Amino acid sequence: MKKYSVFAVAREAMRHHTGWTRAWRDAAPKKRYDAIIIGAGGHGLATAYYLGKNFGITNVAILEKGWLGGGNTGRNTTIIRSNYLQDPSAALYEKSRSLYETMSQDLNYNVMFSPRGVIMLAQTEHEVRGYKRTAHANMLQGVKTEFIGPEKVKELVPIINLAGPRYPVLGGLWQARGGTARHDAVAWGYARACSDMGMDVIQQCNVTGIRSEGGKVVGVSTSKGDIDCDKLGIVVAGHSGHLADMAGFRLPLESVALQALVSEPIKPCMDVVVMANTVHGYMSQSDKGEMVIGGGTDGYNNYTQRGSFHHLEETVRALIETFPMVSRLKMLRHWGGIVDVTGDRSPILSKTPVDGVFINCGWGTGGFKAIPGSGWAMAELMAKGHSPLTDAFGLERFTEGRFIDESVAAGVAH
Amino acid sequence: MLIVSCPNCGITAEETEFHAHGEAHITRHAVGSSDDQMETYLFMRKNPKGVHFERWRHQYGCGKWFHMARCTMTLEVFGTYSAQTYSPPDDLLARIDARRPGWREAT
Repeated sequence: MKKYSVFAVAREAMRHHTGWTRAWRDAAPKKRYDAIIIGAGGHGLATAYYLGKNFGITNVAILEKGWLGGGNTGRNTTIIRSNYLQDPSAALYEKSRSLYETMSQDLNYNVMFSPRGVIMLAQTEHEVRGYKRTAHANMLQGVKTEFIGPEKVKELVPIINLAGPRYPVLGGLWQARGGTARHDAVAWGYARACSDMGMDVIQQCNVTGIRSEGGKVVGVSTSKGDIDCDKLGIVVAGHSGHLADMAGFRLPLESVALQALVSEPIKPCMDVVVMANTVHGYMSQSDKGEMVIGGGTDGYNNYTQRGSFHHLEETVRALIETFPMVSRLKMLRHWGGIVDVTGDRSPILSKTPVDGVFINCGWGTGGFKAIPGSGWAMAELMAKGHSPLTDAFGLERFTEGRFIDESVAAGVAH
Repeated sequence: MLIVSCPNCGITAEETEFHAHGEAHITRHAVGSSDDQMETYLFMRKNPKGVHFERWRHQYGCGKWFHMARCTMTLEVFGTYSAQTYSPPDDLLARIDARRPGWREAT
């Protein structure tokens, strides 16, 4: 792998950019790997990366049905924050946020992490109380957040309309070190680093079956033939239930469509991320100037990768009330992704009833922010059998009634 | 957008008049059941990619509950039927068989 640097750019500029090489190898599957990761999205690639980096396990394949980072990694609104209510969530998401801070240097790939700050607006008395509670919890967890009043919100976001007719802005939960990153670059950077460690990133390789003997996994069947492995990580978000079915166990998940849209590019007008959970909308401005807008999930099980129109209308209506200036914006693109939602709105990072099979799923509508932390924890889980970061997120919590209840804490934008 | 016919009041309307409430025909375990049964009842869902039977309510209409068979990939509504039943009616199953051959093995 050639290191990217200012000198590399200068050198290539001198020779008309003829010296750049492919960022990662397009590999064909070998017969056997120590570990296979199904799903080359952010979480899967991060898992592989930390398996290699932290535990020296580099005989790894990452299998991808479509193309790299083409699922929810390429479909989210790139928001990074860690202002969760419960301790296990705060630990995991804060680990993730802190890994984002050094990711570009770590991967030698510019992921454009921009810690511009995230505000979650409080627009009802209940939200004010809820966010104050979260701010207090965060203080105990060592996550820097604060509850700010409407004047401070207006100072941070001059284009906001505080006196919305339905939901006036009463304050907000402010995390100054939250922000955004370039979602595709996260996947590409990890893929490049994994490939450099000798791992195989295999695209357009559809897993059709999971083979096990005596309750232990021995390999997978794919559209590119059978591949053997000692350990298998299933990291496929919306299709987790499908893969679990192949391995012979069930998951407490339901898949729904979550949609997002971007506007035409305009001049810089908002340099923080704003989430309005009561009215189901959140917005940030990309470096290109597009307003990136996310909405709520559809109300029913759905694998369509588009969203229903009335949910989109609801999101846009809410945003126009909160940001009157966006009412004249034209929208450029609109898309949906399939998110897998658990009963307590917290992810599952767990061993499974099949020995050697590990699952990482259930991130629901908030997986992007968790990519490095999730990969870090999942790699430790796969290498050592348990991880302090994942212990609370096991599948058994649903039998034991030991939930990590975040549905109230984060609402729609979770 | 789904077009839904309420089997209770007979009105056909688009989906904003209705509200989905998840998988249908779940066995409701209660006092005296095992941990596994409670877990199955409360959290485990089929979540199929394809034909899905689910509970709906005519929220902004007659207010009554009913069942719906719907495809989660194409959003095709196969039909609606009474809430007072433990399984989908045979004529609806036959209609789904015709539209989605082999769906029973897939779920």
